[in-house]
Amino acid sequence: MNNRTSILIVDDEKIVRESLTKWFREDGFHVGSAEDAAAAIRQLQAERWDIILLDIKMPGMDGMELQQRIKEIDPLATIIFITAHASVDTAVQALKSGAFDYVTKPVDPDYLSHLIRNAIKQRALMQENIKLKEQIAEFPKLDEIIGESPAMQQVFEMIETVAKTDTTVMIRGESGSGKELIARAIHSNSERRYFPIVTINCGAMPEGVLESELFGHERGAFTGAQYRRKGRLELADQGTLFLDEIGNVGMKTQVDLLRVLETKQFTRVGGNEVIKVDFRIICATNKDLEKAVQENTFREDLYYRLNVFTIFVPPVRERKSDIPLLVDYFVKKYAHAMAKPIASISAEAMDVLVRHNWPGNVRELENAIERAMVVGKPPAIVPEDLPFRLSEKNNMPHTGSLAAVEKVHIAQILEQNNWNISRSAEILEIDRVTLYNKIHKYGLRKP
Amino acid sequence: MPREIQILNGSALWARNLSAIARRLQEIFKATVSIVRASFDMRAAHDASRGQTNSTLLLAQILDGADDPEKKRIGIVDVDLFIPILTFVFGEAQLGGIAAIVTTHRLSNQYYGLARNDVLMLERLEKELAHEIGHTFGLYHCHQFECVMRASTYVEEIDLKRVYPCPACAAILSTEC
Repeated sequence: MNNRTSILIVDDEKIVRESLTKWFREDGFHVGSAEDAAAAIRQLQAERWDIILLDIKMPGMDGMELQQRIKEIDPLATIIFITAHASVDTAVQALKSGAFDYVTKPVDPDYLSHLIRNAIKQRALMQENIKLKEQIAEFPKLDEIIGESPAMQQVFEMIETVAKTDTTVMIRGESGSGKELIARAIHSNSERRYFPIVTINCGAMPEGVLESELFGHERGAFTGAQYRRKGRLELADQGTLFLDEIGNVGMKTQVDLLRVLETKQFTRVGGNEVIKVDFRIICATNKDLEKAVQENTFREDLYYRLNVFTIFVPPVRERKSDIPLLVDYFVKKYAHAMAKPIASISAEAMDVLVRHNWPGNVRELENAIERAMVVGKPPAIVPEDLPFRLSEKNNMPHTGSLAAVEKVHIAQILEQNNWNISRSAEILEIDRVTLYNKIHKYGLRKP
Repeated sequence: MPREIQILNGSALWARNLSAIARRLQEIFKATVSIVRASFDMRAAHDASRGQTNSTLLLAQILDGADDPEKKRIGIVDVDLFIPILTFVFGEAQLGGIAAIVTTHRLSNQYYGLARNDVLMLERLEKELAHEIGHTFGLYHCHQFECVMRASTYVEEIDLKRVYPCPACAAILSTEC
């Protein structure tokens, strides 16, 4: 039964109002009627009507004029015009003015029945759309970025300022400092938030693969390209393209990227069709791009194209006052995820965490809390639960050779990361081969 | 108080054509069903500009002759019926009232250029009578595909549904007195 849908019939002919009222009531609709514009406005002010059937020609205020008033009262009302004499002009005028449709008297019952059903469906979709947009608008945008320190407050202000614009943003910061979170916060606060944010990790793939990832490829473009594939640039249309580790892009892809950024059009690998796209660029790097420009490993023109608005994300060691907040956030997050009744951390454990320098930044801190939550027992995390003996850090040889300090530091990072070579190398900001060489050099062994 | 339904036959159909239908309606509505010959003032309800008959005006005639407010009265005519906003109707009823009307005009195959089929026409008439009487008992249109209370805007839709109400509509009907 459609008893939740309400229909208001506005027509100066009593017979039309009566017959339509009767017809819709048999369908279980809540039906009301008004003989002129004034009565219709009274009805609209008294209650909300889903669908309004509106006669175009009425004495006094006509249907077209009344429609404007109705839209002022209820912008979401679905209006269907009724006209005695169909003409292209009235039809165009009605539809241009935002009506859902129009019908000519007398109307075929099957057509009217379909029209009402479609109007109900369209209205339901419209309401669902509004609801979803409201839900998206309520998504935590900056909540995931934790920090009350002055350095982070400045970052928040910069996010809010730049999000509303379409400016290219470069996010600079150490590995693990939360650059991607900031990119997502900018996107979800921007006008493009209803479209995707497409992330591409430029440092994670060889140049040929990166090119195909960015631009897509046509079938047969290279061995193994059995199907046409859309690239990330195409997927990001209307949305945001987040280029992570932009400093690791090779020279050829830099040239291609520059061309796309300037023209906002490209062709797929192995294709001729020119594809136009509209996206916002956000990029991130932990590299010294200025030095890379000087060394001719990063194109100067691309650098200036990308470096329009820069946000520097402070490392954790420069915002130690945020550590308790970050710890609290991660404890709650993992307590919920692991369904474990650990709600806090002891003062001693917190002290150890605050004193640590966190070379791996927030990522390292989150990892440490996650592991502590696995081994920890309720009600609180204690220093013994921490996945590494952070206090040992303070026992690092303050005297002696640089090699001795390096050996202890590498051993600690490896232990903290369960001897995960890739992750440790990332934190140490050296490549994996160099890390293997140093492990060999210092005779470090996995326990 | 037992229910009563009176069929006012203003069509060319003979009473014997309608007796089987009357028994079926008796079964569905648990009512005493009688058939009487009736004549309507067709001229008064005729709309020359449309070449059709205004069903609401015929409904008013049925109501005028009603002597018992508890007795449902449904007329059968052969003319093409309309209500002002629609191009045609198969019938019309007072929702929760006592009067209804049905036409055979668009129920016959000949209207659609097909071979005459009296059995099919009577089946359609039976369903339309049950549908409009259902409205007088307060039933709304139903979304169940086979329910007699499903709205039909073309004749093939009438053929698709059964003459009986679905369990939900039947339950409402059984509580109506």
